[in-house]
Formats: sequence, structure tokens, C-alpha cells
Amino acid sequence: MRDTGLSSRLFDAANVALMFVLMAVTLYPMLYVLFASFSDPVLLANEKGVLLRPVGFSTEAYELVFQNPQIWNGFKNTFLYVGVGTVFSLTCTALGAYTLSRKGLFWNKPILMLVVFTMFFSGGLIPLFLLVKGLGLMNTLWAVILPNAISAYNLIVMRTFFQGISEELIESARMDGANDAVIFVKIVLPLSWAVISVIGLFYAVSEWNSWFNAAIFLRERTKYPLQLLLREILVQNQVDYSMISTAEMDSMLAKRMIKYSAIIVSTVPILFVYPFLQKYFVKGVMIGSLKE
Amino acid sequence: MRASLRKDFAKHKILYAMAVPLVVYYVVFHYFPMYGAVIAFQDYNPGAGIFGSEWVGLKHFHDFITGPYFWRLLRNTFLLSFYSLLFGFPAPILLALLINELRSEILKRFVQSITYLPHFISVVVISGIVIDLTNSNGLINNIIEMLGGERSTLTANPALFRTIYVSSSIWTELGWGSIIYLAALSTVNPHLYEAAEMDGAGRLRKAIHITLPAIRPVIVILLILQMGRLLSVGWEKVLLLYNPLVYETADVIATYVYRRGLEQADYSFSAAIGLFNSIVNFILLIAANKISQKTNETSLW
Repeated sequence: MRDTGLSSRLFDAANVALMFVLMAVTLYPMLYVLFASFSDPVLLANEKGVLLRPVGFSTEAYELVFQNPQIWNGFKNTFLYVGVGTVFSLTCTALGAYTLSRKGLFWNKPILMLVVFTMFFSGGLIPLFLLVKGLGLMNTLWAVILPNAISAYNLIVMRTFFQGISEELIESARMDGANDAVIFVKIVLPLSWAVISVIGLFYAVSEWNSWFNAAIFLRERTKYPLQLLLREILVQNQVDYSMISTAEMDSMLAKRMIKYSAIIVSTVPILFVYPFLQKYFVKGVMIGSLKE
Repeated sequence: MRASLRKDFAKHKILYAMAVPLVVYYVVFHYFPMYGAVIAFQDYNPGAGIFGSEWVGLKHFHDFITGPYFWRLLRNTFLLSFYSLLFGFPAPILLALLINELRSEILKRFVQSITYLPHFISVVVISGIVIDLTNSNGLINNIIEMLGGERSTLTANPALFRTIYVSSSIWTELGWGSIIYLAALSTVNPHLYEAAEMDGAGRLRKAIHITLPAIRPVIVILLILQMGRLLSVGWEKVLLLYNPLVYETADVIATYVYRRGLEQADYSFSAAIGLFNSIVNFILLIAANKISQKTNETSLW
């Protein structure tokens, strides 16, 4: 039952070709950074073409990154924020989502409306800033984590998943004398590892990638997460290469090289969890989006 | 009523206790800032606080609207969102339709895996890559020179900011945006296609009469949501990509709030701008939803 006409086959060929072009365009900027990071700094500075492999070969850029104590410290801070943040967010989201997934609770609808309204309206940046300041959280881990601790979207995805758990199973446990807390821990959680891991990964990736809370709430550089150091290296250190003397060239080259290796080093962990993310997120997006 | 509420609480006290962190979080970190937005109507003084500061009515709103940057900010915010919508909204739909037409399941999955990837890379890294590629020594200038053009720092050119912003957003979000349409397409009953083939429908007609209608409700819902965000661009990326040379086209309401509020500690004035922005967004969303209800019978609520 397949169209095998000429125009149909021409379309297929063009479509496949287009997809390959699209994939190449999507990947190339990342490959470029990868090639540049392994290139010889001097050769790279004189390169006027399109990189298809590293020019020369050097691991100098990686030595620069790994010798930099601030980057190590940034990694340490990021791991701390990601670890504490993910556990905290996941716990609050799972507990709340379970309550909201149960039928017959009078307050569920108002609570859900309370949550959904925030997806469409916010008090703004300044009141949030003054709140965090007023709570005395400035320059602490909690200022980085708390303002975005729960995502309404993740909450709704989890709630939808919990709603799908068999009602009979829960009722029969209740008959055996289990209370809601026991049911949640002993029955619901073991059935929900898929959604827990997806949402956990979502939280972890977004905390790994976040920089804005840290930028406005942290005062001490020693507390900066990796992304904030990256911002200094990548965005704020813009140098015009045509304006510098040869004497400064070496340190400028070093600055340029550290850009590429820093991007790779900070992004590799994401690539590492990507296959796991990918395995489940399509499902997650589907549950959340199609059932509303 | 009272008695039944009390019974509801007693019966579900463990469940309600489980929701306490959620409710506390939303009240503190979302609703308190909404209340805190009242400083937009005050001359907020950090010493006196929200309760002790002097009320000034609509002064800050008036200052903002009659101020020198109002039209520039409104225009930049609107145009950046508008171009993002114009080019960024149809692109994932088109991609989903094309992926749907691929015959090889392996290629389908491969295309998806690759195009979703940039979505998970941090906005700092994406902006860093964009800045590096558009640098006067960067890749894009190498290509421009090869084609016979002149080198220039592209992020310093106000005429190019919107192009850079929108195209880099499409790069990172194209694949991710298509997931939801592909998910909707996976629910289409294959018998519909078979029946259409019996009637002699070609691929184009099947795409128009079966595939597109299947994703139409999703398209409408997402379009409504996007309308509600016409005045809230992805400003974290603007903040990373822009520089004073391109404020003319790049400075948006949210980045102005950031500079006035957090860099110059002009709390009340910038809170007023932020509140103005939130309210306009909310009105746009309601209006888009109303229009959709009337014309499509599809609604957010």
C-alpha cells in the first residue's frame, strides 16, 4: 500500500536529503567548537576557512581548563546545587502531584488553579529579588535553588502519571490498613520510577544549565556555579583580536582556547545523560501535553 | 459546609500534609511577589519596606510611558517576539510533517535525536557559541569572506540582532518544538490513511486532509500560548547576547527592568515596568483565547 509513483519517490529523496542537511546544520556549530578545542592555538587563529577537523592537534586548551582552580570550584558548586536542588524539587513535586492526583479532595481544584495561574501571570523580577533579600537568602544555596524549585509543567506531568495508577490497587492497600503515606511510598513510588527519573533528569539538567538566579543572588565568586564562570569566559570577555599586540597575543590566545574547552567540558555531562533523557522525555511530553 | 470541609480535612489529612511544601512554595515564591508588586505604586524605600513606603499612585507608570525608551522597548520586545513567532512557530510543524513522511523508522529516530539535542545545552553556552561564530574572526565571517564579503563583528550591528536571535532560537528549539506535533501524529488511526488510499488520495492530499487536521488542536493551543507571550521574549538569551552597541534593536522590556532594577536599584520604577509587562501579556493571552473560542471552539480553559 505504498505510493511508488515517480513524484512520490522524488519527494522521498528530497526529504531524506533535506533531513541530512538539517542534521548537519544542527550539529556543525557544536562540532566546530569540538574541533577548535583540540586545535593548535596559533594555527587556529590564522585559520580562515571552515573547520572539518582540528587544525594541528593540541590538548593545551584542556590543560588550561583543568589547571584552573576556579573551574574546579565551579564544578563543585554546580554539583552541590544540582544535587540538593534536584532532590528538593523532586520531593516537593512528587508529594504535591500525588495529592493533586487523588479524587474527592475538596481543596485540590483550588490548589491546582493556584499553580496554573502562575504559568500565565507573575509578579515580576524586582518583587522576587526583594523577597529573596527580605528572607535573608542572599548569597546562599537556597537563593539559587528555591525561586525555580517547582515547575508547574513538571507537576502536571507527574500528576497525570499518578492518575493513571490503578485505583483498585490503592483501595485494596487501604483495606489492608495502609494510610496514604504508606500507600505512596510502598505502592505508588515503585510503580512510578519512569516518571520520577524523567522529571528528576529535567530538574537536574535545568539546574545544571541555570545561571540567572546565581547571577543576581550570589555575591561571592567562590559560590559561583559553572555556568556563571562560563558566562564570564564566553560572553563578558569579548576581545577584538585585531587590536592586540603580539606580546599580548599569547594570553589572548589562551583566553580564546579556554572558551572552547570550557564549552566542551561543561556540556559533556549533559551529553552523558542525554540518551537517558531521550528514552523517556518523549513519553513525558506526550503525557503532559495530550491529556491536558 | 463547614462540617463537610472539616470532614474532608480529617479524612485526607495525610494527603493534605503531603501538599504543604507545594502550597507553601507557590504562596511564598509566586504569590508573595505578586503582592510585592504593589511597590510599583510606591516610592519604595528599603528601610521602610513595603508597608512603610510612600504611595505615589501611577507616577512610575506615567514616567515610563512618557519616558524616552518606552516606544523603543515596546517595539523591540514586540518585534523580537513577532519574528520568533513568524519563523519559529511554523518551523517545527513543518519538520514534524516531514519527519512523518520519512519511510525509515531508524532515520526518523535519528533525525529526532539530533535535532532535540541543542535544546538541552545551556543558554550561556549557546550564546557563547553564537558570539564566537559571529565574531569578526569567527566561522560565519570566514564564510562571508569566502563569498566575497567584508568581515565585521555581527553582534555589534543593530540591524542583525533580531536575525541572530531568531535564527539561533530556531537552531536550538526546532527539534524540541516538533515533539509535541509528532506525539499528536502518533495517535492518528492508520486506518484513516488506508481508507484515503482506497479513495485514491495521494500523499499531499493525505497530509492535508488527515495529518494536518490531526495536529490542528495542538497548533491552536500553542498559538494561543505564544500570543500570551508576545511581550515576554526569552530575555535570558537577550541579556547574554546583547551589548550597548545594539540596544537600539536589542533592548527589551525585561532587560531594561533588569538594568534599572538590579544594576541601578531603581526598585519601584522597574517593578512598575515589570507589572505593566505582566498585565499586557495576560490581556493578550485572554484575548487570543477568546478569539480562538469564537472561531475554533478550542480554548485553554
